[in-house]
Amino acid sequence: MSKPKKFFVQLKRIAQSGWRSFWRNSWLSAATILVMLLAIFVITGLVFFNVITQEVVSELRQKVDISVYFKQTADETDILQIKQQLETQPGVLLVEYISRDQALANFKERHKDDQALLESLQELEQNPLQASLNVKAGTAGQYGQVADFLEQADFPSIEKINYQQNRQIIERLTSITDTAERAGLAISLILALLSVLVAFNTVRLTIYNWREEISVKRLVGATDWNIRGPFLVEGMLYGVAAAVSTMIIVFPLIAFFSPKLAGFLPGNDLFAFLRANFFSLLFFQILVGVVLGGVSSYIAIRRYLR
Amino acid sequence: MAKASEPIIKFENISKIYNGKSGRCEALKDINLEISPKEFLSLAGQSGAGKSTVLKMLTMEENPSTGKILFGGQNIRLLEPKKMPFFRRKIGTIFQDFRLLSDLTAGENISFAMEVAGYDDDEIRRDVPQVLELVGMGDKLDRFPRELSGGEKQRVAIARALIHRPEVILADEPTGNLDILNAWDIIRLLVKINELGTTIILATHDREIINNLGRRVVTLDKGRIIRDEKNGRYIL
Repeated sequence: MSKPKKFFVQLKRIAQSGWRSFWRNSWLSAATILVMLLAIFVITGLVFFNVITQEVVSELRQKVDISVYFKQTADETDILQIKQQLETQPGVLLVEYISRDQALANFKERHKDDQALLESLQELEQNPLQASLNVKAGTAGQYGQVADFLEQADFPSIEKINYQQNRQIIERLTSITDTAERAGLAISLILALLSVLVAFNTVRLTIYNWREEISVKRLVGATDWNIRGPFLVEGMLYGVAAAVSTMIIVFPLIAFFSPKLAGFLPGNDLFAFLRANFFSLLFFQILVGVVLGGVSSYIAIRRYLR
Repeated sequence: MAKASEPIIKFENISKIYNGKSGRCEALKDINLEISPKEFLSLAGQSGAGKSTVLKMLTMEENPSTGKILFGGQNIRLLEPKKMPFFRRKIGTIFQDFRLLSDLTAGENISFAMEVAGYDDDEIRRDVPQVLELVGMGDKLDRFPRELSGGEKQRVAIARALIHRPEVILADEPTGNLDILNAWDIIRLLVKINELGTTIILATHDREIINNLGRRVVTLDKGRIIRDEKNGRYIL
């Protein structure tokens, strides 16, 4: 046989041997797959957990802002000038101008079911609402800077800035979101590590089970790759099987719980996320499974090969 | 390949010392031994005399503490680890506990040994049934080891040892787990293989077998060779 042909024949035999062992020892395979399934399930769960926390955090961030209210007499050009100045401040993401008319329209829209309130509004001769600027910034500290800037500049047309009232809420929210992000990352890492260790250990035990067979293979003249190869193939097959089974479990689970979750975490549609990312998620799971199975086998088999 | 006059295997001053937790243990002391091609040699001795250690030195499962082992004139301790699998294919091994791969059928056990040695599929398809036929197991190709009796398993193991047409077959207590009738079947098979030109080293503590063989007997006791006789008997 020519050299490259020989290589492919060996590759084919290694793959066949791994495949055969995978099926013939179906109970052992099933048990190992189950443990790996748990590992991949936990890791997939962490992906979703992070999607949720990130959604919640950004949702909360959007609710935080500083509103600057202007006197009834304030001129619109003045207000737009201040808006421009605010936009050049560091950390300011967005400044939204709400004119008096806009504020009135918003008010009517919000209270359209409250006839008494709307009627009393009609009684007034002029629009009682104030024009305002809504400022959004990146962090709590930056809100402080924006507030300081406005107070120092002391624009005559400004009636009040609601920063001081909101300050505590802003700071607390910021600290909650930061903690949530950091804790999420830490929990993810620890759980991922744990599940990887458990899966690794299971593969190790599976191979320990074959130690006698490994010595027999060596005695009949098998090279290291003749021995290692089939175990790697088997390990990767465990990974693929575990990944696919995880997806089979996760998909209906998310489909069922996603609407319930959306009830108290508005803006979260996990099922939509899952459908949009189905193939990349499946690919990620298979990748985790194959790497986990392959690397575990590789490390576990090392001590039996000298 | 060694010439007929030269020994195929030569042990020169081989000692093996184990340094365990329970202290020093000398498994082999000053072993000097020459084995000619096509010889049928029995290693006799009680359990723990060092018979298995001698065989393990040849398969390089164990390394001697001192001394030199020549195989076909080549010092096997100087072999690169990468070449070890190729060296092992020159030696067939048979054990008391058969050591078949439990999740492979009789035929697959043999084809595994051929596959790793790089035989092509046609050769494997042709040789596996032939060699099983040779050991009288032609009809058990698709049986798993758990479906075979002890004697049948040992026949499969012998077929596997034969497949590379090895120059030497090492048999470590091959009859230890078998009844008298099956034991003699296995010994007769080994004698037949030897007559076809393969060197055989048989380690056994079975007095009956050694006395009936009428071949060269090397007797080991506490790690030393105490007797080496052509046409020997089991005397301890």
